[in-house]
Amino acid sequence: MSLIKSMADIVRPQSNEQASQVQEREPKIQIRNLNAYYGKQHAIENINLDIYPGLVTAIIGPSGCGKSTMIRCINRMHEVIKGAYAAGEVIVDGENIYALDADPVRIRRRIGMVFQKPNPFPTKTVYENVIAGLRLNMPKQKKSFYDEVAERSLRAAALWDEVKDKLNAPGTALSGGQQQRLCIARALAIEPEILLLDEPASALDPTATLKIEDLLFSLKEQYTIVLVTHNMQQAARASDMTAFFMAGEDHKGRLIEYGETKEIFINPKDKRTEDYISGRLG
Amino acid sequence: MPAMRDAELARLKSRKLSAAFFYGLIIIATVLSVSILFIIISHIFVNGFSALNWDFFTQIPKPYGEEGGGIAPAIVGTLIMLLVAALIAIPIGVATAIFIVEYGATKLAAAVRFAVELLAELPSIVVGIFIWALVVRNLTGYSGLAGSLALAVIMIPIIARSVEEILKLVPDSLREAALALGTPRWKVVLFIVIPTVLPGLLTSIMLSVARAAGETAPLLLTSLGNSFFNFDLRRPMAAMPLQIYSYAISPYDDWHTKAWGATLLLIALVGIMSGGVKYFTRRWNHESH
Repeated sequence: MSLIKSMADIVRPQSNEQASQVQEREPKIQIRNLNAYYGKQHAIENINLDIYPGLVTAIIGPSGCGKSTMIRCINRMHEVIKGAYAAGEVIVDGENIYALDADPVRIRRRIGMVFQKPNPFPTKTVYENVIAGLRLNMPKQKKSFYDEVAERSLRAAALWDEVKDKLNAPGTALSGGQQQRLCIARALAIEPEILLLDEPASALDPTATLKIEDLLFSLKEQYTIVLVTHNMQQAARASDMTAFFMAGEDHKGRLIEYGETKEIFINPKDKRTEDYISGRLG
Repeated sequence: MPAMRDAELARLKSRKLSAAFFYGLIIIATVLSVSILFIIISHIFVNGFSALNWDFFTQIPKPYGEEGGGIAPAIVGTLIMLLVAALIAIPIGVATAIFIVEYGATKLAAAVRFAVELLAELPSIVVGIFIWALVVRNLTGYSGLAGSLALAVIMIPIIARSVEEILKLVPDSLREAALALGTPRWKVVLFIVIPTVLPGLLTSIMLSVARAAGETAPLLLTSLGNSFFNFDLRRPMAAMPLQIYSYAISPYDDWHTKAWGATLLLIALVGIMSGGVKYFTRRWNHESH
């Protein structure tokens, strides 16, 4: 139990009161009976999950539990992989993004995504990377508009001070942590309502990781943030709500337990959650 | 113990001997392949260099038995037909590669890929006969356009296959980054994937142009050749490989020399093109990284 106690110490105390208050709000994302597949392989089964605005929701679980698949279903990036498809409902602001007439391209403009490995566009400068989404999908705006968005997004991503003098350097010339914050700035530039982060710090050193976590804390007022992580300390530090996923013997990922991060880490209701958090599993 | 050491030493000796033997074989093979190229190029240079003069580049060929003249119509014809063939083949070849790689989850894409491979292995004389039967006999007669089409058919599979390999090198994470910004797939290909591989794209296009520049058999059956200047794609057009062929089988020493000269020029042209592209793509890569 000593480990669980130490994990509890990590949990930010103020964010938990916040969590219980905010839960009375309408959920921003409602996931209903969601199943996702890679060809014949059933990756996640019957997921039901409410995600609230103004909070960081962490999805944790051992490798292969379907946590990345889950987050990729929220902006319909799952189906980009060859042979992959999903069935069920993901309702964002009352609108099912898996409805037959829903356009995945429009959905992705409302839901930004940051990936595991920093992936700035190698042929573009820092500046052009930030406004890439606008250039691609809202072309022919005034330069001052692009400048404004670039600065606002870089400031929001806590990167402005570090790169304001090298906006014309290639995006790939930045350090790994800076590249990842550049990718966050790029996602914020298209003004999404939801920000999905798929293990954003797993390729970064501890200092860069902490910067990203602080960044999430400052962004959550404005955005609904979903964070996939295999790092339990990170979930404890950075999130308000935690969903624990695990795959059974049949390799289908399921949602085991969902609740306030404090509750999940201090009083897990499910034996499997407790085993995972205390390090006896996965 | 000393006996043991002797045996070990003997084994070591034989191992070193066999290593030296195989190393020698590899060196000989390498020298052979390089020297073949060297012999060919030096032979062409020795025989053809004396043909290169101002008239050679600017004059039309003289009639039988007269000395002098040049191969200007063939130089012009080759450049025109290569240009037209490239204009036809580049969009088709690149689009085919994009279909296979970027939209290629289907069985249809696999079938297209197989068809492109077969097309690449088609003997070039067959391409000539095909264009002759389809275009020369039915539509244009012997013409520069028919020659361009034949060269385009040669170029398309070369472009499609090499561009396919280049597109496969683009990591999926890059495509996902653009897709996740709410970008339609065609824009991802056009504005993210293609700019990333542009240097490689130019190299593979140049490769196909270099290959088509030396093709003779398909042109014999399509553009036929011409002893006079012709800029009209609807009429027979001269080309350097055709000029080399007709001069080489003639009984005149002067024409033999001109055939060597034209060969030298053709090789130099191809070498300059591919060398130039290599130089520029390297500078390009240097600047963007």
